[in-house]
Amino acid sequence: MTSQPNGKGQIKVVHIYPREMSIYGDLGNTRALASRLRWHGYQPLVHQHHPGNDFPTDAHLVLGGGGQDSGQARVESDLVHNAEVLRALAADGTPMLMICGMYQLFGNAFITIGGERLPGIGILDVTTQGNAKRMIGPVVLDTAYGDVVGYENHSGSTQLGPGQRPFGMVRSGMGNNGTDGTEGAVTGNVFGSYLHGPVLPANPAFADALIGLAVERALGEPFVPGRIDDAIADQARTRQVRRLVG
Amino acid sequence: MPGLVVERLDPRFLTHALADLPRGVVVVTGTNGKTTTTKMLVAILREHGLTVFTNPTGSNFTRGVISAMLAEIPLSGRLRADLAVLELDEAHALKFAAEVRPTHSLLLNVARDQLDRFAEIDHTAGLLAELAEQTTVGVVLNLNDSFVSRIAGRVPDGVGVTYFGVDPSIADRLPELQEADVRFEDDFTPPEPTAADGLLKPHDERSFEVRFGAAERVGPMVLKQRGLAAMINATAATSTARMLLGTEFREVAGVAALERVEPPFGRGEIIDADGQPLELVLVKNPAGFTVALSTYGNTPVTTMIAINDNYADGRDVSWLYDVSFESLQGKGVGLTSGVRAYDMALRLQYDDVAVAQVEPDLDLALERFLTDYRDEPKRIFCTYTAMMALRRNLAARYGLANFGEEARL
Repeated sequence: MTSQPNGKGQIKVVHIYPREMSIYGDLGNTRALASRLRWHGYQPLVHQHHPGNDFPTDAHLVLGGGGQDSGQARVESDLVHNAEVLRALAADGTPMLMICGMYQLFGNAFITIGGERLPGIGILDVTTQGNAKRMIGPVVLDTAYGDVVGYENHSGSTQLGPGQRPFGMVRSGMGNNGTDGTEGAVTGNVFGSYLHGPVLPANPAFADALIGLAVERALGEPFVPGRIDDAIADQARTRQVRRLVG
Repeated sequence: MPGLVVERLDPRFLTHALADLPRGVVVVTGTNGKTTTTKMLVAILREHGLTVFTNPTGSNFTRGVISAMLAEIPLSGRLRADLAVLELDEAHALKFAAEVRPTHSLLLNVARDQLDRFAEIDHTAGLLAELAEQTTVGVVLNLNDSFVSRIAGRVPDGVGVTYFGVDPSIADRLPELQEADVRFEDDFTPPEPTAADGLLKPHDERSFEVRFGAAERVGPMVLKQRGLAAMINATAATSTARMLLGTEFREVAGVAALERVEPPFGRGEIIDADGQPLELVLVKNPAGFTVALSTYGNTPVTTMIAINDNYADGRDVSWLYDVSFESLQGKGVGLTSGVRAYDMALRLQYDDVAVAQVEPDLDLALERFLTDYRDEPKRIFCTYTAMMALRRNLAARYGLANFGEEARL
């Protein structure tokens, strides 16, 4: 990939809880955004936020991934502690992408199989119910960014609140709950989804949409894309779409 | 499959056949290194004159154990062996223990692997702990893997605990052997090793010894299989053999056996391809791929990577993003192949590794790889089902009679 000068401006990407909440390759989203920012001619500044540290309020883009139950337990108090900061950033238009476990924690609540209600931070109007059965497998979605491919692996069944927009509609796979055809949730510039894969490398149109929002927020001017050859990503994605939905 | 039939006929078949083996039943499990370690342990025990029953590579499920036994059981229904050493994956080890309680278990490590099957690494660690609880005589644990060493607290009273690990002088090399990012600093402190615990002390890239306390050592020795991972597997096998054999253990026999063990199926086997070496390396999870890249990284050769996503490979290819491929930047990658050839090429693109060709069809890719790089040493990293397909092709091409099947020992 040809590198361009990073002269268009600096973009601060914050990955929240990379140790606790990134077990299914979701670090790849951060890697993809950093590389693409560089290829577009911007300078990425990746910041890892760990529990107990001050949350960077100057974030231009916030990413979170999936973890296991023990990982969620380790981040819970920090997330509650920073809930106001995150809600303010979200309300102010900061783009965010929350995958799987962090998607659930960005919702209203997670209700365990035993009926215990674990509150989320309520940025997305979704509620997740724990299930005995996991929803596992490859996924194809129809989204505002075209076909999006990924892989889901979750036991939570998520319901959208009234008026909550989904991220996409399921063409193949289970999605939020396996019944209503929705996948993920979008409020303002905050995106929640179950898709690993990781989702951004194979779906560059969606990755660049996030970058565009982050650039506008950081620099107050429109995103000026560079030229990126996405032929390999397009092959990887269209082959998955063909395999799964024909 | 014959195993399936018998399992349906009599679920107690295993119990009957394995009961009363005079020296017991040893289960080897964990995420990485099961096959190599089992092979090494069996070799050491046989070198000491024991008759050992083991399951063939690649069939590490209960059914595979039964299939293997059918061939060796006389009409009496009793297995003629001193002991059994069985390689089982974490889930099947527990199923097996429900039928036959192991006398000994060797718990190697826990890493992210096929999360589409096991869902969570904590769950995998829990399975190993349950197996330890089912074990009746002795448990061997990985000192350095906190997921495994803390299982000591779950071992029943009266059951012995032995550890294997690395000598403190090479503690800085642990990241080559296990994932650090899923292990949290918590209240667990590993126990101080005693003279019963084997510690790996490498001398150089090939030669090493296993130390027991200040006085006793096994080695120096050189394995046919390269790399630190093979050395730690040998350390695990030696520690377990010593626990099983007690005072019968002979250092000379241990070294002789380990030095003769051939790399098993796809763990760095070398094929003569038109006069040039071709290495086949099985990769199935981030820890394994990372170990493989560091093992072979100091001798860069032309590389092909073949990734399938069938059930046996792991259907989710997200894990490729938990591996760093930067060590391949210098030479680049000749070909990516397999069902997910383009996903692999995409992964490499994000690590600035040049890929010359992408060809999902494995046979076409192999043909091009062998032709385009005919006069160079070559290496193929591949997932399980991709390896099976490539081996069949290579066996036919180079007239390797039994290539693809583990020779019966």
